Amino acid sequence: MTVVFDRPKSLRDVRTHYCPGCLHGVAHRLVAEVIDELGIREIGIGVSPVGCSVLAYNYINTDWQQAAHGRAPAVATGIKRVHPDKFVYTYQGDGDLASIGTAEIVHAAMRNEKISVIFINNGIYGMTGGQMAPTTQIGQKTTTSPFGRSAEHIGYPIRMTEMLAQLEGDNYLARGTLHNAAGIARAKRYIKKAFQYQLDNRGFSMVELISNCPTNWGMHPKESIEYIKEHQLKYYQLGEFKGGEEASK
Amino acid sequence: MGETILMKGNEAVAEAAIRGGCRFFFGYPITPQSEVPEYMSRRLHEVGGVFLQAESEVAAINMVYGASGAGARVMTSSSSPGISLKMEGISYIAAAELPCVIVNMVRGGPGLGTIQPAQSDYFQATKGGGHGDYHLIVFAPQSVQEMVDMTIEAFDVADKYRNPVMILADGLIGQMMEPVVFPDGEDRPNTEKPWATVGMGDRAERNIVTSMDLNAEAMEEINWRIQEKYDKITKEMLRYETLDTEDADLILVAYGSSARIALNAMSKARENGYKVGLVRPQTVWPFPYEVIKDLANQAKAFLTVEMSMGQLIEDVKLAAGETPVYHFGRCGGVIHSPAEVYEKIEEILNGGGAAK
Repeated sequence: MTVVFDRPKSLRDVRTHYCPGCLHGVAHRLVAEVIDELGIREIGIGVSPVGCSVLAYNYINTDWQQAAHGRAPAVATGIKRVHPDKFVYTYQGDGDLASIGTAEIVHAAMRNEKISVIFINNGIYGMTGGQMAPTTQIGQKTTTSPFGRSAEHIGYPIRMTEMLAQLEGDNYLARGTLHNAAGIARAKRYIKKAFQYQLDNRGFSMVELISNCPTNWGMHPKESIEYIKEHQLKYYQLGEFKGGEEASK
Repeated sequence: MGETILMKGNEAVAEAAIRGGCRFFFGYPITPQSEVPEYMSRRLHEVGGVFLQAESEVAAINMVYGASGAGARVMTSSSSPGISLKMEGISYIAAAELPCVIVNMVRGGPGLGTIQPAQSDYFQATKGGGHGDYHLIVFAPQSVQEMVDMTIEAFDVADKYRNPVMILADGLIGQMMEPVVFPDGEDRPNTEKPWATVGMGDRAERNIVTSMDLNAEAMEEINWRIQEKYDKITKEMLRYETLDTEDADLILVAYGSSARIALNAMSKARENGYKVGLVRPQTVWPFPYEVIKDLANQAKAFLTVEMSMGQLIEDVKLAAGETPVYHFGRCGGVIHSPAEVYEKIEEILNGGGAAK
């Protein structure tokens, strides 16, 4: 019998703790597929964040370090400086990367640290029970913005990828989406380019992935996909912002 | 042994780290320890190591976490407010059982405080400092030479116990110049670290560096395991000196810079016929409780001399039983003079002053 679809070698055969309909599983699979395709599992060292993906080390089959909240880029910096020939990547959510860890991500990018960052943006704190994130949409209700996020009260959602794109240096910055098949295929291409950037010893790379949180958005998974289309994608532009062919056009 | 050279404390501690096998340093400027990162930025370049100035103390200690987890001998240094910022990372490092060396050139606090020497971070250094049940192994050098010797050893000790080690000095030791001798040779054997994250290669099991277990019973087990290690460290790593305690009526207890000032005052007291001795903890965790307990049977009183409002005194009181414990301290960056310590000794031995 011909196998046409199988689990990537780098994805461990275990049940995840993620909620039904959550797109972390898709993102994990993309990372694992790319690690397989580039043949870098043996030299891979991941850094997991604090948040829903704190347990990412249970799912992707490389060595891992678990970092304090927001500090994954600093931890990855320490690892990469010791082992410049290894492949070092972080996997972080938006509370981790865009709130408490803003200094660490900005400065890792500024140093053009040769690490790769997978940044999951679902506009909410999932693990702690659906609190407002810096990426939460205007008007979006969360457990700490019960009347909807107000720009007057707390400003507008932060666009991390665009912010980092202001920095000089040969780095790769892209934003993809996980809400449909075309988006997932494109996101995978971005991830592959990002990882290749590090393997080619060029510089910092980050792929932001627009994702969902059906549980804390209080939606059926299908509704959460609609929400991404109607809200997230209208605010967060997709594409390569630096280092890719799309960016150089 | 090498030749005797005159060296500033902050530069000597940096050179000692390199002699101890340290090849990675992550730090951030803060007075009175900025010569440590400055020296490291030159010297690590020469020996093929990596110096990186981090964006903050927080980032620096997390770089230490990453580098240590990846198997390196690594150090960071700071002074009081910066060490407070590192406390989150230090707790993670202790929990993940990662070896590293942290230097604190203590300055006067609380808050931004001053840039002058103090010993008011004793609680923070010896009782954990960050969240959770953990301990650092804490060396308390009293001279530039002792700091050099302790720092070189600290890297071996950290690796042996897989535990962070702190060099608890102060702005005085960091800023003063003294003659020092470094042992010959630069290379120290690098410890095997089969647990380090270096990429799986053809290893069947993954290496995972983490401080977390969401299962409460499992996390309690981890705590028990670490506690057993602390018990072992308590037995094996205790260091102290006693001086003229045999016949002493009053025993001074002091560490680091204060111990030298206390010794000065004690010498004058002996000249004037007062029976005064000194206990000098060289490690403040583990702490020489048993030594003080034994001396409490013989001495009439203890006097702690420290550059703080009274922190070391709490450990002395734990061991002193019924024997009264007095405190003399200056703080906020003020260093006590031998003359005022002497006056306190005289006052106590003439029946004055109140025990704390």
